[in-house]
Formats: sequence, C-alpha cells, structure tokens
Amino acid sequence: MLIVGSVSAQGRGKPLSRVFVSLCSRSLTPILTIFLHLFCFRGCSFLRNSTIPPSPTSSQLRPVASMLPQISRQLSRQCRRPRLLRPTPHPSSPRTPRCSSRTVATFTTPHQSSSISVIPTAVDPSSPEYLENTKLMSAAMSRLESLTRKAHQGGPAKAKEKHLARKKMLPRDRITALIDPGSTFLELSPLAGHELYPEAEVPCGGIITGVGVVEGVECVIVANDSTVKGGTYYPITVKKHLRAQEVAKENNLPCIYLVDSGGANLPHQSDVFPDREHFGRIFYNQARMSAAGVPQIAVVMGPCTAGGAYVPAMSDESIIVQEQGHIFLAGPPLVKAATGEVVSPEELGGGKMHSSVSGVTDYLAVDDAHAVVLARRCVSNLNWPKKTALVKTYEEPVYDPEELLGIASTNLRKPLPIHEVIARIVDGSKFGEFKRDFGTTLVTGFAEIYGHKVGIVANNGILFSSSSLKGAHFIELCSQRGIPLVFLQNISGFMVGKDAEREGIAKNGAKLVTAVACADVPKFTVVVGGSYGAGNYGMCGRAYSPRFLWMWPNARVGVMGGEQLAKVMETVGKGVDEGLKDRIEKESDSVFSSARLWDDGVIPPQHTRRYLGLGLNAAMGGRNDVKAGATKFGVFRM
Amino acid sequence: MRSLKRNSHRLRAIRPPTSLPAPPRIFSAPISTHPSASNDVTSITPIKSLLIANRGEIALRIARTASSMGIRTTTLYTDIDASSQHAKCTPNSLALGPNTKGYLNGPQIIELAKKHGIEALHPGYGFLSENPTFAQACEDAGIVFVGPPPKAMLDMGDKARSKIIMNAAGVPCVPGYHGPEQSVEELRGHAREIGYPVLLKSVKGGGGKGMRIVLKDEEFEAQIASARQEARASFGDGGEVMLVEKYVVRPRHVEVQVFADRYGNCVALGERDCSVQRRHQKILEESPAPVLDDATRHDLWDKARKAALAVDYVGAGTVEFILDKDTGKFYFMEMNTRLQVEHPVSEMVTGTDLVEWQFRVAAGERLPLTQDEIEARIHERGAAIEARIYAENPDKGFFPDSGKLVHLITPKVSEDIRIDAGFVEGDTVSEAYDGMIAKLIVRGRDRETAIRKLELALQEYEVVGLSTNIEFLKRLCRSQAFVEGDVETGFIEKWKDELFERKHVSDEVFAQTALGLFTSQTKKTTSGPHGETLGFGEAATQGSRKFAFQVKRDDAAAETSDEAPEVVQVEVTQRGHSLYNVSVSRSTDASTASPVVYENIISEPGSAVAASHKSQLTTFFPRARVETTLVQDPGAPEKLAVFQLGEKTELTLVQPGWFEKALGLKEAAASVVAPMPCKILRNEVSEGQEVEKGAPLVVIESMKMETVIRSPQKGTVKKLAHKEGDICKAGTVLVLFEDPDATPAAGSE
Repeated sequence: MLIVGSVSAQGRGKPLSRVFVSLCSRSLTPILTIFLHLFCFRGCSFLRNSTIPPSPTSSQLRPVASMLPQISRQLSRQCRRPRLLRPTPHPSSPRTPRCSSRTVATFTTPHQSSSISVIPTAVDPSSPEYLENTKLMSAAMSRLESLTRKAHQGGPAKAKEKHLARKKMLPRDRITALIDPGSTFLELSPLAGHELYPEAEVPCGGIITGVGVVEGVECVIVANDSTVKGGTYYPITVKKHLRAQEVAKENNLPCIYLVDSGGANLPHQSDVFPDREHFGRIFYNQARMSAAGVPQIAVVMGPCTAGGAYVPAMSDESIIVQEQGHIFLAGPPLVKAATGEVVSPEELGGGKMHSSVSGVTDYLAVDDAHAVVLARRCVSNLNWPKKTALVKTYEEPVYDPEELLGIASTNLRKPLPIHEVIARIVDGSKFGEFKRDFGTTLVTGFAEIYGHKVGIVANNGILFSSSSLKGAHFIELCSQRGIPLVFLQNISGFMVGKDAEREGIAKNGAKLVTAVACADVPKFTVVVGGSYGAGNYGMCGRAYSPRFLWMWPNARVGVMGGEQLAKVMETVGKGVDEGLKDRIEKESDSVFSSARLWDDGVIPPQHTRRYLGLGLNAAMGGRNDVKAGATKFGVFRM
Repeated sequence: MRSLKRNSHRLRAIRPPTSLPAPPRIFSAPISTHPSASNDVTSITPIKSLLIANRGEIALRIARTASSMGIRTTTLYTDIDASSQHAKCTPNSLALGPNTKGYLNGPQIIELAKKHGIEALHPGYGFLSENPTFAQACEDAGIVFVGPPPKAMLDMGDKARSKIIMNAAGVPCVPGYHGPEQSVEELRGHAREIGYPVLLKSVKGGGGKGMRIVLKDEEFEAQIASARQEARASFGDGGEVMLVEKYVVRPRHVEVQVFADRYGNCVALGERDCSVQRRHQKILEESPAPVLDDATRHDLWDKARKAALAVDYVGAGTVEFILDKDTGKFYFMEMNTRLQVEHPVSEMVTGTDLVEWQFRVAAGERLPLTQDEIEARIHERGAAIEARIYAENPDKGFFPDSGKLVHLITPKVSEDIRIDAGFVEGDTVSEAYDGMIAKLIVRGRDRETAIRKLELALQEYEVVGLSTNIEFLKRLCRSQAFVEGDVETGFIEKWKDELFERKHVSDEVFAQTALGLFTSQTKKTTSGPHGETLGFGEAATQGSRKFAFQVKRDDAAAETSDEAPEVVQVEVTQRGHSLYNVSVSRSTDASTASPVVYENIISEPGSAVAASHKSQLTTFFPRARVETTLVQDPGAPEKLAVFQLGEKTELTLVQPGWFEKALGLKEAAASVVAPMPCKILRNEVSEGQEVEKGAPLVVIESMKMETVIRSPQKGTVKKLAHKEGDICKAGTVLVLFEDPDATPAAGSE
C-alpha cells in the first residue's frame, strides 16, 4: 500500500511541479504552448491517413497570443502596488518607517472572478465551414427525426385500433399519465431493434423504457407495447428491459413495470430464454433490486403469461386492471391441453380473482387511467427522499446550443473545437479548466450542469502520454471529491509510433483506463464524434459502465475507421474483401449502434445539456449518495 | 368616503353661525328648508357612545362614520355572527346568544346598552329600525334612538293610517283598501271594487316580503294565505294584517331621500329610481331618476317633504312613490322611517354622509345643507348608481344561495367607486340572514358614464363559493333599454330573453382553464431540464394531456332539455418552459369543425397566488394577451370558476371514466335533494303518489323565502324523507322515487 501511495504521489507530483513552474514563469507559458501546438501539428501530420490530430487553428492561437500584454500588465501592477499605497499615518501614533511598506489585498467582485471561467467563442455562423457543417448535420438530423418518429408510432395502425377498441391506453399515453405534469421523460434507445430482424419490424424494440418523475421521484419506467407483435419479447426486447433494470440498479431508481406482453417470442426462444443475460435475468434483477431496497412496482394492464407472470409476482406491490390484466402460469388453452379443465381467462387469472382470492395483486383498478393513479399513489408512499426538489439556481449557457449543429461535423476528419461544445453544454458557459496548457489534446475541468457540479473530460485531438496522464490526474481529483464525470468522446485513438511507444504510451494510456474503470462516481458519456480503438476505453465507452451513454447523429463507433480496417486486412489478409470497407462504415453508424443498444440513444446535439441534466438528476437524486474519496484505484503502472 | 366627509365638514365650517337671509328658492311651498336664526338657541348634546343594533355591511358603515366622529362604538353579534366582520370592527362587541333572531330582541339590546352606559343606539335598516315600540323603549330608558320619533314611525308604519294622513296633507295615494276588516272575503270584496290586478301587502311590510300580486279573483285566497304566512315569519305578530291596493301595470319605483331636523326643517336629497327589481326586491338603484322631467322631479321632492313634515318627521327617511309610466302620475306608497340600503346613492350624488347627518340631527343640530345647496351639488356631481351584490342564482329564478366566500376580489375603490360590504374572503354567507354580500356604488358625470363605470367595476369583482348576481348585473349594465332609461319594475321580466341569453364561452376560456390546471401542478416539478422537449420525434408523442370540461348550466332549459351537455376537450402539450400547444375541440360539431389549435403560446403562472385552490396565469395567444384567474372550489374541486376579460365562467371538470366505478358512486337520480339549507314548510305529495314532471313536491323556506321544489321526472314517490318543520342541510334527500327499472338484483352495488 505504501508503495502504491508513493507511486501515485509521484505520478501526481510531476505535473504539479510543472504547474508550479509554469505559474512562476507565466510570461513564458504562451511561448511553450505555441511550441506545443506547433509540435502537435507537425508531429501528427504524417498520421493523416489513419488518425486525425488536432491542428491548432488561428482561433486557438489568438487567445494565447493576446494574453501576453495582459500578463505583463498584471505583473507590472503587482510590482508597482507597494509604491501606490500611501499609508496615512495616525495622528496620535508615532510614525514608524517600517509601516510605510504595508500592503493591502485587492477586492475582487464575483463577476470579476467568475469572468475568468467563461469560455470565449470563435464560432462564426456565417463562415462557409459553419454553413457546410449545418447542412450536413441537418441531413443527419432529419434522418434521425424521421426514424424516431416512425419508431414512436409503435405497432401497425390496425393493432393500435384494436388496442384502443379494448379501451386500453397506448403505452406512451400510459407513461405520460404516469409521470408528473411538466416533467420530461428521459426515454432510452427509441431506435432499438431498428432493421434488426429481417422478418419483422420491432419499433422501439417492442418496449418503451426510460426515466420519469412520478410524484417527485425519479423512476425507471418499463412499458410493454402490445401493439408491437403482441408485446412479445424479442432478443432486443430482453436486452432493452435488462438495460433499463441496470439503469435502475446503478442509479437507485424505483422501477415501475407497465406489463402488457404475451411473453417470450417463441421463434426466437434460443436467443431469449437460456443465457445469463436473457429472460430469467429480469426476475433475478427484480429480486436483487428489491433486496437492495430499490422498489419494484408492477401494473398489469394486459396478459402476463408463464414467465411473465413473475413480473407482478416478484414485485413489491402490484396493481391489476380488471377484465384486462391476466396473470397465469399457463393460459386457458394450455390448461385445457394439460388437465382438460375448461376455464375463462378472467376466472383463471383475472384482476378480481388475484386481488381477492390469490393475493397475487394488491390493488384492483377499473381501467388503465385508474391503474396509473394507483401506481402514482404507490410511489408517493415509497417514502423516497426528494433531493431534486431542492431547486438550485443555474444559468443557461451564454451561447446558443443550436449552434452545435454548425460546430459538429459529419466529417470526422475535421477537428471539433471541443471548448465550443463545452461552452454550449455547461451553466453560464463557465468552465474551470484544469491544466489548460498541458496535454492539450485532452481538455479537463470543472463546470456545472443545471447546478450539478461535474468534471468534464473531453477530447481535443489524439491522446498522447501527457494528455493521458492529465486525464488520470483529473479523474482522481473528481473521485476524491465525489464529483460526477462527463466524457465528451471524439477520439481516434492513442498516439502510435516509435516516439510514443518509447514514451510509454501503453502504460500511460493504461493509467487513464484504470482511472476511468475504477472511478466510483457517476459517469456519463456523450460520443460527439468518433469513438475508435482504445480511445473508446480511455474515454469511458460502454464497457466502462457510464450511467448513460448517448451518441450524436454524426458519431461513429468502431475498432478503427472502415478505410483503415480494410487496409489492415489487405496487409495481413490474403484476399481482398470488396464490400468490407462499406460494411464497416455502415456498422460504425450511430443508428446501427443504437439499434443494438450499444448506447442509450442518439440525441440531438443541442439537447445534450438536457440529457446530461436529467441523467445527473437520476444519478444524484433520491437515495443516491456519492461519497467523496470512496474510490479505490488499481495499480497505476509508473 | 373620506372626501365626502371632508366636503361636509368644510361646508359646515364656512357656514356662519347666524345664517344670512335664505337664498332665493325655487319652491313656493310653505316648508322651511333652511335653519332660521330664531331657533338657534337650542343646546346641542353630541353623541359620545353608540350601540349599533344591526349586523353586516350597515353595521360596518355606521361604525365607520361613528369612529370618524369620535364616537365610541359597540356592536352586537349572535353566535353565528361571532366571527363576522361587523363584530370585529370595534374592540367593543357584545354577544346576543345563540338565537339567530337576537338582533330583534329589543329588551335585551336596551338592557345591554344600559349596562354598558351607552348613550345612543343606531338601528340601521331592517330588524328593529322601524319598530316604534322599540324606539319608545329606548327613549324611556334614556337612550338616544338615532332615528325618527316613535310617533312618526307609528304613523308611517301603519300603511292604512299613513294613507289617511297623506291624503289630508295633499300627497296623492294609490287607490286601495287600508282598513281594519281583515277577513278574506271582506278583502276580496275590496279587491273586486278596486279592480284586478291588485296588490296584497302586509301593513308592516317592506322589502317585498309578505307581498303578492293577484291577477284573478280565483287565486285571491291562495295568495293571501301565502302572503300572510311569509309576513308573519318576517315581521312577527301583526304582520298578517293585509292591505289591498291597485296594481299599476307599468310602474316605476321612485323614492325621495328626505332629511328633517328637530326644528321643522326638511330637505330632499334627490330622488332614487329603484325600478329594476327581482322578487320585488331592488337590485339597481340610481339617482337622479332617468327620463324624468324637472317639474315632476321637483313635485316629487315637494310631496316627499310634505309627507315627512305631516308626521313631524326627524332624521333620515325615504318616501316611496309609484310612478305610472303610462300616465306619468305618481302615488305615495309608503315612507320608510329609517336609513335605507340604497342611501349611498344619495350620498354619492349629493356628496354627503347621511349617517353623520343622523348623528348631528340626533344631537340637536340643524341640517347642514339647504335644499338649494343640495340641488347645486346634484347638478355638479352628476349621477350615481348602486348595484346590490347578492348571494343568489339568477338562472334559478334568483334563488338565494349561501356558503363560504372561497375567493373574493373587489374592485379598487376610489372617490367615485365605493363598496359597502360586510364580508371578506373566507367568511360564510349564512342562510340565517339576508344574502346581500355587498353594495357597489359608482358615480359618474352623467348616467351613462356611471353605468359604464359600474360595468367596469363589476368586471373586477370576483366571487367564488356561492352563486351571485354579478354576471347578471353586468348584463343589465349592457342592456340597451336600461342605458336608455326605459325602466319599470317589470324590467327584468320584460327583457328576460336578452338578459338570460345563454353565453357563448370562448375557446380561450377552455384553453386557459386547462393551462391553469396544468401549470398549477407543474410549479413544484418544473426545474432544470424538466419541461423541455427532449430528443428526436414529435413533441406530441412525448406527452399531451387531455382535459374535458362542461359549462355549468342552471337555467330551466338545461333541466328540462334532453340534449347532452356540451363537452369541450382540451389538449395541452408542453413544448418548453412556459411554452405550450393547446387545442380545443367542442363536442357539438365535432364532425364538421376541426379543433382550434393555438401553437407555441407562452403561458406563465402569476406570482400573486397565495392559496392552492387558486391560480393565475398570463398567456400570450397568437393575437392577444389574456389574463385569467382560475379558482377551484376546495369543497367541490371539480367546479371551476374562470375569470377572464371581466367575465366569470363556471365550468365543471368532467371526471375520468373510472371515477364513479372506482369510488363506488352511483348517481341518485331517483331522488330530489334540498338545494340549500332550508326548513320544510310542507310536503305537497304523499308516499306512493304518482307525479308528473314539474309537479310541486315540497315547499321549503330558506332565507325567509318560500320555494317550491318540483319533480324532475315523472314517477312514483317512494318516500318523503322529511316532515313539516324539519331543518335540512343542503344536499339532503327530500323525496325518493321508485326506481322504474328496479329489479331485485339492482341496488346490490
């Protein structure tokens, strides 16, 4: 332990001493920075084909250059200060010559001190680059818009009509009625199941999941859509259900299941039933969460057959709609086949029977709307702490988040000025940047999102040893302080090449990965550009269990770019796979990713702040208690 | 008020103690209107302490003047009134006990005054104000009765005797019989002699109580029985003595405010037209009377003063005349020997404080103004109009209402807008007493201006918790006939089609109501990212909420018509902080008309809302800003009152489909309930009897008014729940019907 401690102290000491040095000789810093930028620029240029390094634009250099006179002014003021102060001698006390050199601290107003954190912008909405980005992003956005709209429609019109004719509410209306008026439902992965099964369309994966506020309590809501293939569980449905439960477990959120499902999709039974992360896991999770004190509430609004019967049966409290919800291990046809007994569904497992005879359900509802009211009452009786009720004041960003559409680019070769992105996400566009001038390809710093303090780790180019060390350092700080982390991913990978390897990029990169993996604070990841290779690990990809992971429409995820992959395969392989490049390109697409639940949804860039705010509410509210310094890191190889 | 007083004080101050020769008068009548120097030697004994033997707004109004004159004031209260405003307005307030009729208990009140060493007593109006026995008892006990001498009261109180005196003094009277013969047949004979239609009235009557019009000989008997019963209940013994009079078909009610001092001076403070009445009770009173030529006006004043002086009147009084619209003739009806409800109209138009005059005259002072000075003031001040705001339902035949004032906003008072009220928000208007909530008095440079100002002031008036006549008063103000001064006592009946026309409720009202209900729930949750749209896809799919409303209808047509009440559906979709899409669709023409959609309207709740059952919101519709106050009755939260653009709309929130089933409610359609707290006078049917729709079932009495409860359906009476004399609360079942579809199995749930 002692050794580990000293090692990490050393690891920390080095950059700290550098900070000290740079503080002592501030006037030199800009020059160093320029040098660094030039080095990056030149050093990476040979990598153009495989990875895209940041090229310092003139806008990035300008602030640095313009700081010179300011710094010299500061210095000169400090030097002059003693002379400016004229001590007024007290008439009665004898004047002592030493008192004449007494200094007085300056008074700084809050706006003066906060102005150092406001990120300046260099975005010009009339520039051709901005207009080009807007054009391309708009196309990507409208594609997502139409795909999502279609998914939101749910099942075919006929199925919906049938559903409504039975006086049942559509699943989305059930959710709207369930959540508090004026609150926003944080839906997860609406594009799940998109073009996944050749034989069937499964909009939203046949299940709607998300985080909604019910009676002031953030809850995970899981609603079967029985208009989609009778609400049966396709493999993606199971995955989406389990993902919602994972969100509930990690964020300590009560679960409400609006059950209306025909059970497992039988033709897909082998991909639904047997494995660890299959159907059985739903009930396992319910039991484990209930044990952990995460409430489980089921509202039976339709059939609940066989395995499905366990959803209400495994819940803490369950509600059933009379003459509509049915719970039984085997339905009437199977019972007849098995024992010859002829029985009606209502008699076998109807609401009245279960509420008065078997006790499987606790509350009997007249219809869906009534059941939703009962569910809301159940939540109000959870005695759940309402931390989010404490309304914190916050400022909106200074710059319009809509401008993100002109900043982001579908061409991932183009550098994405990440400061501009941060400025459109955080409160008041205020960012307390940490190690601004060191390892500049990774931007780290403190900010607030809707009043929640966060640490931001954002790519601004390729990861070098220095940037990896800086990232590890910053993640350690946030873990020590119990500050949630927000990762803004736009990474083509860690630096490669002779120099990099000699510098120990493998072990330095590993430090960042270790820090990310071990940090025991809520983590959120937004893929704003590329997510390639080991960069995905270092920047908290899906495997690193961020509480939520969202992608922008322009984002791409893969082990490497399609072109590079094809080239590598050409080099090492025998034959040439003609369609390989295009296939990889297609598989890197955000919609492809979202359809397979590699993320929690593709989001409009301008809503990033809202998503993060809702995610932070979920992760920080209720019974969550983020303890400062609770993280235990693994061995940092020095 | 303050300004009025200031005026009168100033006028008193500048008037020399020994007055100059009287200025030229336009009257030739031999009546002294100006204090003469000769009787200036009398001593003046100012009143120093006062007991107000009344309640409500008049007690407050008297106390206000008394305190400004430095008079120590004591009020009285019955148990039910213990926390009422008049009992709270002075530090000294004495209890009368549990009997609601305590204000009529003369001996007890005199006893209390003596015990507490109170010098003077003001009776207000109603109660003991016109009781000569009481006035005499006060005098005997050495208490100054602020009112006319008992003798004058006695003379004028007995309608028959007053007519004899008036005829002798040359004041014209309505032909009629005012004699002692009181048998039904005798009176019927006189009625035939005068010729129908005739009016039956209690000799002690006033305020429309114990009064009946008999159109035909056949109904004489029934009407007199009913009139006598009501009169006895209202005025006690002797109330049943009736007089018979000619009934003028197109009458106007014009009265003259007179004031006399102890020295034989009497002035008329202008006349008031109180023709707009319902149930023989005034609701709008104005001065000067419209469409009246100057000669008649002066003749009226002249006759009124003559009438007062004929009975040696002292203090404030009102001489009521009936003015035949067809002939232009007027007849003396009666003299009210008290300060009247509508006295502020005369105060506003003459710039006086009549209560102050009362105290000064009672103290032995002379009248502060001469007739000419008064006339000059009326000329200068223009016109004044008073609207009485009653707890009653105009749509249900002005049926009295009672209940708690859940929400009360009053217009801003000024020099020209005055409110005399006895209630504040949270008070309960009891059925035990008169249901007048307030008087709103407005002055304008001329009649039309005054009416317009009155309407604007009424638009500011917001009352929730009980039915009021405010909306009806607004319609009166807008009525062209009224603005033109074409008034008569049958005004409301004559223009009922216009006055009771069903109001069209605008789409914005429904939109605002839905938004108000929605935003009242969002206050606690809307913070940070909540309330904003999120992600791709249509906002509508991310949460629209539906509301359904019905417009409350009380009119007779609603009860009888079979058409389903109009249900208006409103959909609210939140698009951001304070940003909404709202669509309003009406059920009546759902097939033809598409819903009205308001997109991206900004709606923000007002900050000045204290209670949870109220919400205020300001919304920017595409073409206008609309401000709305929405009040939910805490006792019946499905009832919504919406105040918007000076109009009140009452809506009912349609309950969700599961409501009745889940709550086990079953509408008791097969029964009739008491509409308000009441006493059962008699059952008109017996158990087992078959009745037609509209047949009288039960006669109840409430607020001293008889009401017939009629059958809502054709059916067989199963049970009469109450017997004669029972006291019932509002909502108590009175009559149960046999269930026509009754099967043995029914009724299990």
